[in-house]
Amino acid sequence: MTVILDPTNERVPVTRQLTPRPPGITGTVAFLDITKPRGNVLIDRMESLLAERLPDVEFKRFAKPTFTKPAPDALREEVRAEADFVIEALAD
Amino acid sequence: MTSLQPFSLRLAGTDKQVSYPAERPAIVLFVKEDCPTCREILPLVAELKSACGEALDLHVLGQTEAGNLLLAETLGAVLDDSDLKVSFACDVDTVLSLFFEGEQPLVGFVREEWRDFWGGVADEHGLDLGAIDWQSLPEWRPGCGSLSADPMNAERLQAEAENSPLRARRIEVGSLDDEFEFMFDQGFSDGLPLVPPTPERVMRMLAGTSLDAQEVIAVVPPNMGEATVEKVAINAVMAGCRPEYLPVVLASLKAVCSDEYNIHGVMATTMGASPVLVVNGPIRNRLGMNMGLGALGQGNRANATIGRAVRLAVRNIGGAQPGGTERSTLGNPMKFTMCFAEWEERSPWAPMHVERGYQADESVVSIYTATSGPVLIVDQTSRSASQLAGSFGLSLESIFGPKQHYASDTLVVVCPEHVDTFVRDGYSKADIRARIQEVTARPIRELLADDISGTGFPADFADGKDAQALDRPLPKFRSEADIHIAVAGADAGKFSGAFHGWATGEIGSISVSQSIDPFI
Repeated sequence: MTVILDPTNERVPVTRQLTPRPPGITGTVAFLDITKPRGNVLIDRMESLLAERLPDVEFKRFAKPTFTKPAPDALREEVRAEADFVIEALAD
Repeated sequence: MTSLQPFSLRLAGTDKQVSYPAERPAIVLFVKEDCPTCREILPLVAELKSACGEALDLHVLGQTEAGNLLLAETLGAVLDDSDLKVSFACDVDTVLSLFFEGEQPLVGFVREEWRDFWGGVADEHGLDLGAIDWQSLPEWRPGCGSLSADPMNAERLQAEAENSPLRARRIEVGSLDDEFEFMFDQGFSDGLPLVPPTPERVMRMLAGTSLDAQEVIAVVPPNMGEATVEKVAINAVMAGCRPEYLPVVLASLKAVCSDEYNIHGVMATTMGASPVLVVNGPIRNRLGMNMGLGALGQGNRANATIGRAVRLAVRNIGGAQPGGTERSTLGNPMKFTMCFAEWEERSPWAPMHVERGYQADESVVSIYTATSGPVLIVDQTSRSASQLAGSFGLSLESIFGPKQHYASDTLVVVCPEHVDTFVRDGYSKADIRARIQEVTARPIRELLADDISGTGFPADFADGKDAQALDRPLPKFRSEADIHIAVAGADAGKFSGAFHGWATGEIGSISVSQSIDPFI
């Protein structure tokens, strides 16, 4: 029998649970643009479509400083504090 | 430190366990059956055991299973230390060695030492040693090396010892399993076979650095895994590194995990980027790195395995795996490994690490992010430096596409024959950079998206700009600092090479350097 040492970080990933689906969309919806080219085109179109269907909902725009790095903690906190929902425009 | 440690061992040929310390005082003798000195002294040991009677114990510890059974025929009772753990714990380097609590051990056989020692024991415990004919015994015998100090066993014993520096989870591969297949199945591999990281090999690898095995060198994205020296050493073993390469791997991993370098983005990007490692300073020669013929290719163990170890560490410690957070559209072979040394001695210019502010005698690794390369710059006909640097510029226009300026950086590897052309005309690195910028400068109007290609500045970029603004020439690179230059390659051949970069600067990745010396 051979014994080898584990080359990984040995962490067991945490199983995250989905937030329960809300009955309707109310309050504030955040659009998070990761700043890849044409992300704003997608978000502009989505906002105009959603605004028609959800006239009482407020929309807010957020953007990552760069698409190549994870969102900074401060930005995550800001989105969580100011919005009830978030739609992220990934990739180009 | 050599001192007697508590133990519990089986009597050879029986199931009976004997422990030390116990109620009776005990003397402990380490022997090995095939040691000539031990054999010669064996009758004396038998007499001494008999003389000890009920007053005290004389434990004889043997080091081989078969040999212990033979020794037991003469001595009656031999404790089986064939797994050598007690010999190792007591730091026995020679058999025979005689230990008595609180006293310096007697190493080898010196007749006068033994007579004095046993005389004292006899007086204290009332033993009768009158039958022993000391004069018939040899005056001096050196003994043999203890198996616990044999290089064949020492690393295993260190790894298994209670104070072992190893903390990684031990994975038992079943005797019917093939360990190479097992490692593929576990997802540890980059697609090529791995060297099994056994505790013995990892112990040997750790000898390549003076750092503590549990020191955290970096936190590796995307899973933010802590890269301890031990974890990096495990990946270095798998990659095929020699222990002396480990400091370069450690320094490189620290460098790529910096915020400036941004290994998270480099691995995640669909563009398919990968780190390129350039090693400078004295360590290049100590490791026998290739900086000459075929330096950017295969065939040199240090070049190949250092780069591979860094990639495996990012994969296994950080968790960046293709299809997971690594999402390259095409990928590239540099994702296996890309590491070379600069041929500083063949260069008339300050080497890369000195340009970046390090001392010439410091060993440094510089990391650059490449999406393509090395892309060959073929110029066998230019006779002047300005022509040759002009060719470099024209070739570099292809980075991302000719209309994409200010988008990336480059690492140009100048081959020796091209170096000679530059030297003839007194060209410096700064001259090369300036010439590249000069020949690649294009009016902005030529860099707009059009019917031929939709790349470049968007067509509406020209809106509201006057002719003068659109005629402004824009060179390929945002700054001359985005043109990194190193010298490598064979003496023959007018073929330099260029690595093409990724998103350069704070938006993506900034080339970084790290001193290797603190990791040695």
